[in-house]
Amino acid sequence: MPDASGSPRIATVDVVYLARLREAFGTTGEALALPSLPLVTVADVLAQLRSRGGVWAAELAHGRAVRIAINHSMVALDAPVRAGDEFAVLPPVTGG
Amino acid sequence: MTVRVQTADFDVGREIAALRAGDARVGAVASFVGTVRDVNDAATVSTLTLEHYPGMTEKALAAIVDDAKARFDILEALVVHRVGELKPTDQIVLVVVTGAHREAAFDACRFLMDYLKTKAPFWKKEVTPDGARWVDARASDDEAAARW
Repeated sequence: MPDASGSPRIATVDVVYLARLREAFGTTGEALALPSLPLVTVADVLAQLRSRGGVWAAELAHGRAVRIAINHSMVALDAPVRAGDEFAVLPPVTGG
Repeated sequence: MTVRVQTADFDVGREIAALRAGDARVGAVASFVGTVRDVNDAATVSTLTLEHYPGMTEKALAAIVDDAKARFDILEALVVHRVGELKPTDQIVLVVVTGAHREAAFDACRFLMDYLKTKAPFWKKEVTPDGARWVDARASDDEAAARW
C-alpha cells in the first residue's frame, strides 16, 4: 500500500540476534521486510533468513536448536509474525 | 523486586534478611548460590562472560517465580542473576525461598534453579587456553527441569 509520499510501505520486523548467533551472523539485528503473505509465521521468517545461504542456512538449518521469541515471549514455528514485532533468534540457554 | 539481573555482586546474608524481614509466618528459608568454577568440560576457565536479553530475561524469571509460587506452599521467592564478566569463585546466581516449612522451601528452591537453567535467557561464554567459546546447553539440565 503506498503511503503519503507515494513510495510503497514495507512491513518490517525488528530482528534481534543473541549470543553465539549474533557473533556468527556478525550483527546485533536488523529491520527485516516481511514476505507479502496474508499471514506470516515464524517459519516463513526463518525460511527467508535461511535463503541467504552460507552461515544463515547453516545456523538456522532444520534440526538446529534455535528458539524464537516474539516481543519477549517464546513462540512456536507456526506463531504469527506482525509488522513491528521484535523477533529474537536465540541459541539454547546456558544460565545459572 | 523478587527478580534482579545485575552486574554487581550480591550479599547473600543481606538478601535473605531482606526477604524474610518482619514476616513471622516464615519458619524455613532455603537458598542456593551458583559460583564460577575454574574448569568446564576438561578445560581451564579463566573468565566467564554472561549475556542476557534485556526485557525478556527479567520477564522469564518473573514467570518462573510466579510458577514456583503457584506450585509450592511458599511465602516469598527471590532470584538474583549476574551478567557481565566473572572470574572463578565469583557468585553467579542466588535463589532464596521462604516458607512456613522446609519441604516446600527446599522443593521450590530446586525447582527455581532447574527451570532457570533451561528457560531463562542467559548465555555463558568462557575463556580457556584454546580461546573463547560459547557454552553448550546440557541435556542433563533439560532432564532436571523435566522432573517437575
